[in-house]
Amino acid sequence: MTDDDAIPGPDMSPPDIDDRAIAAHVPRLRRYATALVGNRSDADDLVQDCVEKALANRHALRDPSKLGGWLMTILHNLHISSQRGRRRRGAEVPVEDLADDLALSAPPADRGAVRDFVRAFAQLTDEHRTILLLTGMEGLSYREVAEVLELPIGTVMSRLARAREKLRVLLDGGTQQVVRRIK
Amino acid sequence: MSGFSNPVTEAELHAWLDGELPEERRAAVERHLADNPEVAQRFERYRAQRSLLGQSFGPLIDQPLPDRLTPPFTARDHAEKLPASRGRAAWWGTAIAASLLVFVAGGASGWLLRDRIVLRAEPLTAAFIADAVAAHRVFSVEVRHPVEIGVDEEAHLVNWLSKRLGKNMRCPKVTRGGYQLIGGRLLADSVGPVAMYMYEDAAGRRITLYIRPSPNTSGSAFRFAQDGVVRALYWQDNGLALAVAGEADRDTLSGVAEEVYGALNS
Repeated sequence: MTDDDAIPGPDMSPPDIDDRAIAAHVPRLRRYATALVGNRSDADDLVQDCVEKALANRHALRDPSKLGGWLMTILHNLHISSQRGRRRRGAEVPVEDLADDLALSAPPADRGAVRDFVRAFAQLTDEHRTILLLTGMEGLSYREVAEVLELPIGTVMSRLARAREKLRVLLDGGTQQVVRRIK
Repeated sequence: MSGFSNPVTEAELHAWLDGELPEERRAAVERHLADNPEVAQRFERYRAQRSLLGQSFGPLIDQPLPDRLTPPFTARDHAEKLPASRGRAAWWGTAIAASLLVFVAGGASGWLLRDRIVLRAEPLTAAFIADAVAAHRVFSVEVRHPVEIGVDEEAHLVNWLSKRLGKNMRCPKVTRGGYQLIGGRLLADSVGPVAMYMYEDAAGRRITLYIRPSPNTSGSAFRFAQDGVVRALYWQDNGLALAVAGEADRDTLSGVAEEVYGALNS
């Protein structure tokens, strides 16, 4: 019964984007934003701006099943423009608090590794953090990442390769393998 | 042209790590890794990096939300081209103005809101799919406690969930796609109780079945939704709203959905 009319029933109106639909995505958006900006208060500002903007523009989303990716795109664009402002102001909130908090949520044997990881991750550029989070944490495919970031898929792949290598050197030391061409 | 003559590229190695490599290139990539231990070692580090990423930031998803990030949200009326770096002071100005407006319009808008929510309780909304997918994401990765009651107590599980949802909750124990029921749990969403069953295949891949009572609805066809790597098929049947969610392909999910549909109607 995969046919749309296999079972008689009311014609379902297209699902609506409402507060609840968006709220279901907030924990993920917040996790992503916190890992991206390195502290909770800036992350919450970013998520709040994202939710407000999404609600104000809700009619722009044609396909409600793409809500998750659409929210990510909004958050990403908001983050980029806020970074431009931040660079001018020169303000930077240290990642130490977050590193300590996250280490405490890990099993005791892994705490050192988690703390080191969070610090190393914070040293990456925004672009690199973004690409690693979308693929490694959010589990998006290359194509989905390309849609969220509005980039060609080849750029996504080469950026991911560079980000992984950069992080490897930050974590393990040693010299960076120069990734010139990935294809 | 097949594997042998094509050198393996850096991009293919990453695609291999991310499960995006076309099947026909897998042998070539794995041979390349076996022949180049330093490359293999580097990609092992990338893999370790990815699991540390999940371990470090994963728990953030369980953090309690501050009020400002829980519904009802305040929509911004003129979202266009406000610089994102605007001061919080401007936000407060808007918030105060908005709260005054709510205060003035209070009586009427409160009722409007209520009507809207009541009306929307009927059709399957994006919120239902979002809830089903979110539950899938949360529970399908659980190692130690994926389910509350395991399949070894199947009769108890089915009785309990049937009782709490007020509906017969019989579901298939094994699917043709090789997914076996491993158990289930009771969840709550804003509408009330929700039943969730979990299936697992031999490779440890999991599919969840999310069921919410949805009275006064007749049947609907299967609909498909996708969010990230999670795909879902959802439908309404016999006073229930159901969603089958997983990272599996659409055919696998629709196979499971059809079997669930059959079991519930047998």
